Amino acid sequence: MMNRLLWIALIVIGIAAPWLVYPVLAMKLACFALFACAFNLLLGYTGLLSFGHAAFFGGAAYITAYVIKVWELSPIAGIVLGTLFAGVLGAAFGALAIRRHGIYFAMVTLALAQIIYFLALQLPFTGGENGLQGVPRGTALGVINLDDPIQMYFFVFAIFLLGFAAIWRVVNSPFGKVLTAIRENEDRARSLGYAVERYKLIAFTLSAALAGTAGATKTLVFQFASLTDVHWQMSGAVILMTLLGGMGTLFGPVIGAIIVVALQTQLSGMGSWVEVCIGAIFVVCVLVFRQGVIGELGRWFGQSRSRKRKQAAGE
Amino acid sequence: MPSLNMVLAQAMLGLNVGIFYAMLSLGLAVIFGLLGVINFAHGAFYMLGAFLALIGYSYLSVWLGIDGFGFGFWAALIIVPIVVAIIGMIIERLLLRRLYGQDPIYGLLLTFGVALIMQGLFTNYFSVAGTPYPGKPESLGGAINLGFMYFPTYRLFSIVLSIVVCLATWFVIERTRLGSTLRAGVENPQLTQAFGINVPRMITLTFGFGVGLAGLAGVLAAPIYSVSPLMGADLIVVVFAVVVIGGMGSIMGAIVTGLALGLIQGLTKVVYPPAANTVIFFIMVAVLLIRPAGLFGKHEKG
Repeated sequence: MMNRLLWIALIVIGIAAPWLVYPVLAMKLACFALFACAFNLLLGYTGLLSFGHAAFFGGAAYITAYVIKVWELSPIAGIVLGTLFAGVLGAAFGALAIRRHGIYFAMVTLALAQIIYFLALQLPFTGGENGLQGVPRGTALGVINLDDPIQMYFFVFAIFLLGFAAIWRVVNSPFGKVLTAIRENEDRARSLGYAVERYKLIAFTLSAALAGTAGATKTLVFQFASLTDVHWQMSGAVILMTLLGGMGTLFGPVIGAIIVVALQTQLSGMGSWVEVCIGAIFVVCVLVFRQGVIGELGRWFGQSRSRKRKQAAGE
Repeated sequence: MPSLNMVLAQAMLGLNVGIFYAMLSLGLAVIFGLLGVINFAHGAFYMLGAFLALIGYSYLSVWLGIDGFGFGFWAALIIVPIVVAIIGMIIERLLLRRLYGQDPIYGLLLTFGVALIMQGLFTNYFSVAGTPYPGKPESLGGAINLGFMYFPTYRLFSIVLSIVVCLATWFVIERTRLGSTLRAGVENPQLTQAFGINVPRMITLTFGFGVGLAGLAGVLAAPIYSVSPLMGADLIVVVFAVVVIGGMGSIMGAIVTGLALGLIQGLTKVVYPPAANTVIFFIMVAVLLIRPAGLFGKHEKG
């Protein structure tokens, strides 16, 4: 019931978005919503906290910027290559990180991501402190003019919907159920005969690849890739989006991303108070709001529904 | 081919970085042992230590309008760790305490939020580019002839003091009655409580001690590096890698790993300077492949 309402709301708001807010902001929201959903596949559904997803988001952003600007590939080829890069990187990082558990897993992913940050800073073709700027948007599929804000928005929204649908499909597949089982009780999943490590690795790779799609699309939207994209604060931001919206819910990260991006946009004139604010939301979320927006809404819905059922039964 | 003197000089500078890795990872290990929480704000407490030293020397008299009010380097070595410890204990009491018994991931996220708040507050009032600390005592100025090089007296002092503090911590935890109580609390909190020991208070004090160490490291760092709101954030990620490499099971392990990795980083500057930033992360990758539990780690759970 609630999910169907949310699907309708998502599509209606998604289509109306470029007329409700600036098209660029709407595109940014779609990119970060996809990023948060990809991250949620790992944190919410598999129970693995990666503190290094900026490496996949930002790494793909750089690759896409490079192949479009220097090799002059088409925008779609750029996004595909960025996604592939993030997927391969995710498989490598995942294989290392799943050797440790819990809190160590978080620290390992953070440290691995820092390698990508320093590569982006130091390699000769990444533009150092400036990043890669002036990436042309070009034309997609020969007909979609990406320099037109509305056409560009719907291109980005289509990518978001594709990614979102893929995640929805994964979560509701038997594979997704095994992931949830691993989240709930890793030892039991293993004793039931599931190759837990392999499932974790596939989930990590999928999550990294989709985070890469989000980063690659972001490059096309803003026409640059910069150090901000690979910095650990980006990893922190995506955690907050997921936590705030509701871990392990399909729509939570979308809502979380909208809130966090809106907040960053609203407070952008206030300097580092944004950081203080984000930090404070983190603290509040962890202490009293662990279910997130969707989780709390769901509980509220669930309660009112069971109350109705009780009333119907004449209790 | 770099000369031997140059190698030794870089090794000493590396050791100087290593003491900060050692002090921070020691504090992290002590806190993790008792609380089961990785303190993401550890770098922020280090930064806080450096800033309190700077404020005590340069700003306090101006802010309060009292001429000559404030404290110098020697007083900062005592006052600042205590103040940092008190702030840490307040945070533990008010915030962290509510998370005990929960998934340790929440502790990490909470302290991450605390780190962002502290970092953001200081960024509002101080330059991100960094402010030099002018209070280095004259008695520690100049350089000492070590035979192979002239080494700044202050740096030598900071290395010696840190190693003494680390060893003292190790001695207290591993060799005294207080330490054995602490280790009992790690092993079995309920039973320790049953022996009449106030475990919650012990946890608070331990957290205070751990972040106090970070504060002390901050004071020691202030005259060497410029004091900046981001100094802790840049450091903490490396310290996390140090902790993954060493494992958090052993106090001595944390100290030795910290010093050794600082040394290796220093030597990398001689061999291949561009890799100096990342060498510790690559060592972490190697350790994960060869000895996933860390060099001194027991097989962890959770």
